Amino acid sequence: MNRKVTVALVGNPNSGKTTIFNKLTGDRQHIGNYPGVTVESKIGNLNHGDFELEIVDLPGTYSLTARSLDEQIARNFIINDKPDVVVDIIDYSNLERNLYLTVQLIELKVPLLLVFNMSDVAAAHGISYDLPKLSKMLGAPIVPTIGFKGQGRIEIIEAILKLANGETALSPADVTYGEDVEHEISSLQDLLTSLNLASDIYDHRWLAVKLLENDREILRKFNSRDLTEAVKKSDEAIKNKTGNHSDIIIVDQRYRLISRICAEAITSTTDNRLTRSDKIDRILTNHLFGIPIFLILMYLVFNIIFTVGGPPMAWIETFFGWAGKEISGWWAGGSDSALRSLLVDGVIGGVGGVIIFLPNIMLLFLAISLLEDSGYMPRAAFIMDRLMQKFGLQGRSFMPMLIGFGCTVPAIMATRTLDNRRDRLVTMLVLPLMSCGARFPIYALIIPAFFPQKYRGMMLYAIYLIGIFLAVLLAKLLRVTLLKGPPSPMVMELPPYRLPTLNSVVTNMWEKSWLYLRKAGTVILGISIIMWVLTSYPSKPDTTVSDPHLIQAEKLSYSAAGRLGHAIEPVLKPMGFDWKIGTAMIGAFAAKEVFVAQLGIIYSVGEADEEKTVLREKLQRSYTPLTGFAIMLFMLISVPCMATIAVTRQESGSWKWAFLQLGGLTLLAWMITTLVYQIGSALGIGV
Amino acid sequence: MPLTMVGIGRRVRVVGIEGGRRLQTRLAEMGLFPGVEIDVINNTFHGPFIVGVKGSRVILGRGMALKIMVE
Repeated sequence: MNRKVTVALVGNPNSGKTTIFNKLTGDRQHIGNYPGVTVESKIGNLNHGDFELEIVDLPGTYSLTARSLDEQIARNFIINDKPDVVVDIIDYSNLERNLYLTVQLIELKVPLLLVFNMSDVAAAHGISYDLPKLSKMLGAPIVPTIGFKGQGRIEIIEAILKLANGETALSPADVTYGEDVEHEISSLQDLLTSLNLASDIYDHRWLAVKLLENDREILRKFNSRDLTEAVKKSDEAIKNKTGNHSDIIIVDQRYRLISRICAEAITSTTDNRLTRSDKIDRILTNHLFGIPIFLILMYLVFNIIFTVGGPPMAWIETFFGWAGKEISGWWAGGSDSALRSLLVDGVIGGVGGVIIFLPNIMLLFLAISLLEDSGYMPRAAFIMDRLMQKFGLQGRSFMPMLIGFGCTVPAIMATRTLDNRRDRLVTMLVLPLMSCGARFPIYALIIPAFFPQKYRGMMLYAIYLIGIFLAVLLAKLLRVTLLKGPPSPMVMELPPYRLPTLNSVVTNMWEKSWLYLRKAGTVILGISIIMWVLTSYPSKPDTTVSDPHLIQAEKLSYSAAGRLGHAIEPVLKPMGFDWKIGTAMIGAFAAKEVFVAQLGIIYSVGEADEEKTVLREKLQRSYTPLTGFAIMLFMLISVPCMATIAVTRQESGSWKWAFLQLGGLTLLAWMITTLVYQIGSALGIGV
Repeated sequence: MPLTMVGIGRRVRVVGIEGGRRLQTRLAEMGLFPGVEIDVINNTFHGPFIVGVKGSRVILGRGMALKIMVE
């Protein structure tokens, strides 16, 4: 039997950790709840010789002090789950910062492998390293690699196995903190022993250091007044002698150690002047040009989505039209088969209607991948900071917002990097206002139906901007009511620009698009069938009218969905919606794409077979452009999908916030849409 | 003087950080603590900063830059 080896992957954000994870595990990955990891983390498997490696991709962190949730997750996994090997990915070109985490891992005394990533970049900067010396000083084996090229993959795997088998002699470096701090460390160690507090999971010295670092999680864990007092006293003693709090001294000493190591093992032939990244930033983060450049970039993205995505979309549309006709042909003309209706109206009308937008979705995710991989995201956070501060958010909140263009669920999880709880909650609550990929099909259906070609890109752009604008406004409202207080000032690392590699961008785009397709084939298919049943049954037994159109309309009204739609129509009327739109909205709570699917079902069930036309044209005949706009507005603002509500509950820790988000946004949507529709009708715009 | 007074392109030394212990530690972990030399890469009017510290670039909000004393 194969021996199983558990490997934890750690490293700073932007160190290229995920790229290396992907190169190591290929497509054998899954998202899983590892015991000890309370939230999802990526796990990949790989076989090598007699070994089966299970690699856990922990969140990227700068430190292990458990100040943010990400740090807590990474640390607790390493301590509680005791992986066989911990692999620390280090960005070669930014060694000093990256080694800060490494020093903390050394202090944990775990079997440690250091992977020095991006050695090519370092060489280009004129920096050379004495790797054997570094390895000796740090007391851990080092493997150099160029992550995105996959160079060094085998070497990493072999080094992991050597460590796991105990074939590597380990002599972790001594991390010491100077006489003043060391004195307090040993007295706290003694206290821990005498109070009988420490378990065998933790190393006593490590605990004492963490206590002096003011680590609240550890203090809370012991919950001992004696200990809390002793820590306070030690801190005071250190402050009296050095003039600084114990935690600052500890950080300072770690960096000193790193400086000493770097001074001996690194030679730099160039001085640290402006890099190419800095020069690009002179323009892209300029206080005058930054925001206009950002807006133009976004506009281009939305325009490209429509112009480039148009033709392939039409091909898929034609294909489904043809498939529908072919399948209809299996039955004799005029026969009333439920199976035919299920296949043609339910499956092709519903799921097909969602799949049509795959080309646009792919382009959307391509754009998001490019923004992420090039390093532009943190720049966007930088240029938006001033504006965001005015509305009670910090620039950092803007990154989850951009991720929200893809999907709200990972965006809400990305708020974990915000270390202020109120900042985090505000961001989380307004995130559904960022138009996600699932809402995109709704826009892509409505916009071409009601607006001429030359305004389409602009219209889409406008909807996205309205979302951002409302999100920011709502954040301000939350800041002066429920979550009072100023946003915390921004501190974040700015990684250098990187040329996105084709491989990683395409992989990323394909992963997300595949999820969209899979969702269409599973969740959306399931709901489409349910919606088809609700739209077709109970069927009206007999009828007095003879016009086939009227028969279909009557049947639709008689069905469960029709009745439900009629029941909620009074609420929808002020917004200009009829009961048909109403039924589509009910299904959309499960997943936003269902709105498109259900409209497809209604309009194909509710019509005589002979005149199969595209859904767009049917909508055009039934509604005004103003109603079209109102639909988009309502779907943008209202009822985040079930997955969003669930993840908000999980990340905020209470149903209260999830329900506030659900109720608040729906109410807001109703008010704004009603207002727009009524004013638009009164002024005669788009009617 | 606070960091906000320093123009683009200058190199200064951090002498102190005014603020709570949490903030001090957070900055320290990013390499910003008394004694460290930093380069001002970008100083936008009324907006955030980019500084170079220990070979990496760090974004600092204006409020944060006000609390960092340099010479």
